[in-house]
Amino acid sequence: MTIGNLVTLKTDPANTRAAEDGHCLRLQQVNLYYGDFHAVKDVSLDIGARSITAIIGPSGCGKSSMLRLFNRMNDLIPSARVEGLVEFDGVDIYQSGIDVVELRKRVGMVFQKPNPFPMSIYDNVAFGPRRHGIRNKRILDEIVEKSLIQAAIWDEVKDKLGQSGLSISGGQQQRLCIARVLAVEPEVILMDEPCSALDPIATLKIEDLMRILSTNYTIVIVTHNMQQAARVSDMTAFLMVGEDRAGMLVEYAHTNEIFTNPKNKKTEDYITGRFG
Amino acid sequence: MRKNYERALKALQDEVLVMASMVEKSIKRSIEALKNRDLELARQIIADDEAINNKRFDIEEQCVELIATQQPMAVDLRIIIAILNMLVDLERIGDHSEGIAKIAIMVGDEPPIKPLIDLPRMAEKSCQMLSEAMDAFINRDVVLAKKICDDDEEVDALYEQVFRELLIIMAENPKTIKRATRLIWVAHNLERSADRITNICERVVFIATGHMEDIGASKY
Repeated sequence: MTIGNLVTLKTDPANTRAAEDGHCLRLQQVNLYYGDFHAVKDVSLDIGARSITAIIGPSGCGKSSMLRLFNRMNDLIPSARVEGLVEFDGVDIYQSGIDVVELRKRVGMVFQKPNPFPMSIYDNVAFGPRRHGIRNKRILDEIVEKSLIQAAIWDEVKDKLGQSGLSISGGQQQRLCIARVLAVEPEVILMDEPCSALDPIATLKIEDLMRILSTNYTIVIVTHNMQQAARVSDMTAFLMVGEDRAGMLVEYAHTNEIFTNPKNKKTEDYITGRFG
Repeated sequence: MRKNYERALKALQDEVLVMASMVEKSIKRSIEALKNRDLELARQIIADDEAINNKRFDIEEQCVELIATQQPMAVDLRIIIAILNMLVDLERIGDHSEGIAKIAIMVGDEPPIKPLIDLPRMAEKSCQMLSEAMDAFINRDVVLAKKICDDDEEVDALYEQVFRELLIIMAENPKTIKRATRLIWVAHNLERSADRITNICERVVFIATGHMEDIGASKY
């Protein structure tokens, strides 16, 4: 089975589990190891479709490792090993035969530092669709415009699409990277501290954009900024390092609840700044 | 961690205790002024109410500053939000005492229509409830907070008793109507004060549990 088959699986009555309870991503008893190092321990959680989920926690608690489980980015680290079930739309994405390139098309990623390719703004956005075989100039033009509009940067760059993607500001570069992800029409956008290199105004623009995108996309964001998690997300997962140094999920609940009335004392201590 | 913040949060709660003790003193003195026909004390209570009002604004400003500069979360946020609500109730209890002091001045040296027994009892009970409410606040004591709300029934019962008694006096001797009505106002001020203390207790429960609930709604 390849991930490409997921498109048909979604309408297959035999596989409607994801649609029934509305979750899009699921971790069940997931463990992640880098060689001997136990990075993520026994994590189980469901992430709802078309929502924003924030992953918070102190440095080194496995937030980014957990995020990278969802598009198999950890595969790029040779010693990485995953146990347990990681599902996307009801399909185990770690089973053999999964087309990882296709998976990453549907589960896109935005990184901490804006990383436009050293090419024009247009080519940055057209890069993905071209890789996936689109050559028609008119279609590419449409995709580029639509993606840049969706990423709320079109008005700022429409007159300089031929300029280098590296010539614009950091905040604009990050939105360009989001446009690049959107161009391949993903379902999920993973964001690994997408605003940590940006100034407060650029940060708020990205947060606004996330809210708009969440009506159509499932967004999972790792952030060090608790106020950002509180401002932008629907659900929040709090991770911390256990005694054995492995990252574990302490609490996962509606953001409102996590920030006003967390159930776990450790969550309370972390978000009130008494630990971490 | 965050030592200055911890200190500021503690100082804020201490200030609430100070304000509550100012209010408690005001209740006690207002009923004394009425009972002893001490017009000087009554005027002092009215003047001192300004200090209570100012204290309320001071604490409110501290809350706003902490929210704006420290982004409090979870229980810290609940404490500050609860305090913002408690301040309104404390300030209004102060106003009720001021109201009693004003009545004491109105009564002046008119002959008493009856010895004051239940009104001082109501005041005493209200003061006890307020003092306990502050214990519950500092100790996040839900059980005590709920018990105080139950105690409000005693104040309600006293209020009813005073009201009935004064009605009979008025029915028997219409010349007492003016004086008796003033005493009913006093009873009403005390009854409202006790109700506001139950509001404070509801905020204590919110701090401790994160849930907002109406506990033992008053009959009045």
